[in-house]
Amino acid sequence: MKKRILGLLLAVLFLTPLAAPAVATQGGEDGGEAAPLTGVTINVYNWGEYISNGVDGSLDVNAEFTRRTGIEVNYTTFESNESMYSKLVSGGANYDIIIPSDYMVSRLIDEGMLEKLNFDNIPNFQYIDEAYRNPVYDPQNEYSVPYTWGVVGIFYNKNYVTEEVDSWEILWDEQYAGKILMFDNPRDTFGIAQKLLGFSFNSTEESEWQEAAMLLKQQKPLVQAYVMDQIFDKMASGEAWLGPYYAGDAAILVEENPNIGFAIPTEEGTNFFVDAICIPKGAQHKEEAEAYINFLCDPEIAAANVDYIGYSTPESAAKALLDEEVVNNPIYYPPQEVLENAEIFINLPEETSLLLDELWAEVKMGGPGETATLIAILALFLALYIAAVLYKRRKAKREAG
Amino acid sequence: MKILSKIYMGLVFLFLYAPILVLIVFSFNDTDTMSRSVWSGFSLRWYERLFQDRMILDALRNTLLIAVVSALLSTVLGTSAAIGINGMKRLPRRLMMNITNFPMVNPEIVTGVSMMLLFVFGARALGGLSLGMGSMILAHTTFCLPYVILSVLPKLRQMDGHLYEAAQDLGCPPVPSFFKVVLPEIMPGVVTGMIMAFTLSIDDFVISYFTSGTTQTLPIYIYSMTRKRVSPEINALSTLLFGAVLILLLVVNLRQARDKREQKARREEAAG
Repeated sequence: MKKRILGLLLAVLFLTPLAAPAVATQGGEDGGEAAPLTGVTINVYNWGEYISNGVDGSLDVNAEFTRRTGIEVNYTTFESNESMYSKLVSGGANYDIIIPSDYMVSRLIDEGMLEKLNFDNIPNFQYIDEAYRNPVYDPQNEYSVPYTWGVVGIFYNKNYVTEEVDSWEILWDEQYAGKILMFDNPRDTFGIAQKLLGFSFNSTEESEWQEAAMLLKQQKPLVQAYVMDQIFDKMASGEAWLGPYYAGDAAILVEENPNIGFAIPTEEGTNFFVDAICIPKGAQHKEEAEAYINFLCDPEIAAANVDYIGYSTPESAAKALLDEEVVNNPIYYPPQEVLENAEIFINLPEETSLLLDELWAEVKMGGPGETATLIAILALFLALYIAAVLYKRRKAKREAG
Repeated sequence: MKILSKIYMGLVFLFLYAPILVLIVFSFNDTDTMSRSVWSGFSLRWYERLFQDRMILDALRNTLLIAVVSALLSTVLGTSAAIGINGMKRLPRRLMMNITNFPMVNPEIVTGVSMMLLFVFGARALGGLSLGMGSMILAHTTFCLPYVILSVLPKLRQMDGHLYEAAQDLGCPPVPSFFKVVLPEIMPGVVTGMIMAFTLSIDDFVISYFTSGTTQTLPIYIYSMTRKRVSPEINALSTLLFGAVLILLLVVNLRQARDKREQKARREEAAG
């Protein structure tokens, strides 16, 4: 019996890798001979679903890189900057490439956790547009190369939201109570309140953060849920009507469903975010990693990538290769005035960061009042349990005696 | 009354299986928005895409490899441990059982973090190795071990201890008599333990998350999709996995039933 099961398991095991290489070669049919394998494997750590992977006729970027350079890629994924950071500091893994967002890049620079890039090995950096060089999170542009960028805007269901959406204020509108979604991470959520109040995202004034928290607490009764990816389902099914999200992510939502609209509050400003490619300190294959960065900056590859991901590219040369429709779509490439009024997150000083965590917990948990009720309920259960145990014991004793 | 109890049973099964049913139905959903809640027609496109997606297949291969290797390792180790424990005197046996049970009641997150610390320390001592497949197999074998021991031990106790001695009396050397007499008797327990270890290893997230290093298993990969969206390819994959496990269980049960029938027939023959 054991043998039979083993046989089944092993059959499954050996069939899966057989299926994979058949597809892997699909990406690179054109253009030159394949390079011989160098025996080097680089470890790449990127966001989930954040690279063109060869599905549905798209380009398999990692396979193409291996074909051209002979360097193999061990590609793994994370779901938030913070989990990437904790993995990096835990020391359990040696990465050669990481792709964090703007504020995380500046934090890693501050903590001395990134290698300086050798731009001689990255000639394709020339394609990066002037506007995306020397960003605030990496002022000398020594550590990072932008991968993609995007802005935050409001998605709304046109069937229910008929007025013009041009301010974050609409997320505080009581007629949409229970149909509003908000981000499930502190910086994006506080960012919206900060822009509504006219503050900077990167403020270090405690009073400004307190004020933003007050505003969010007022909004809380109207909010259906604090979500990340569930926004797609909730918006598509009509369960929610209004919700801010990253433009590139939800563009498919707008394309597929004509009832869903997208707007960026130009006046008040919005968040402009960049995800950038970096090499962490102590990377074992720095040169190969730089070859990978160079490869990702190749306009053709960059175009294939953003075509799959849905975010925007920092290269005009890559933009030229994309569909006219995409390039002219304000969701993907918003007009200049939006970008001028947008702000990038940078790393907050420790003190502000702690304050933000505390305020975020208060907003989500509903402050000390609700926590007290929670504790009271828990204490009640505990008391009931103890009473039951004591009663049983006494009964047992009485019966025994 | 009978109808009521049947309705109650039906409801229990509905609660147990409704989520899986929904998952299977939506794995055939034809939609571009990757929505998981709006039905828009039947299609096999997610299955097609699943087999094109090298990252999912890689993660699946890692998961299965780790599950098979750690299930085998923990079955061998666990069975021999159970035999040893079974032969102990009362006090050391109770002590041993408590020690082996401890990892089961220990919160997973504590196990995960402490294993990560240990592995990182060990990897540094060995000269800058990176955590990966090896450390994950070690971790999974460790947390599967108590389950194997727990499922083998009762079978050993049920077994007549004199069987083994009788075999040796009849001239069978110790090692062959273990394989010919003891192992067949405890086989159901061993198989149950191995299947349990296999499934526990496949769906473990917490411990894997901390010990994975640069290797990615399916649960970690799926979790990393949550910022963008968990693609319906995962529904398709889960459906296939569910189907595979179902077939596996059916095969095991059918074989067991057949073995029993054959045994019974043989016994009747001998009696008649």
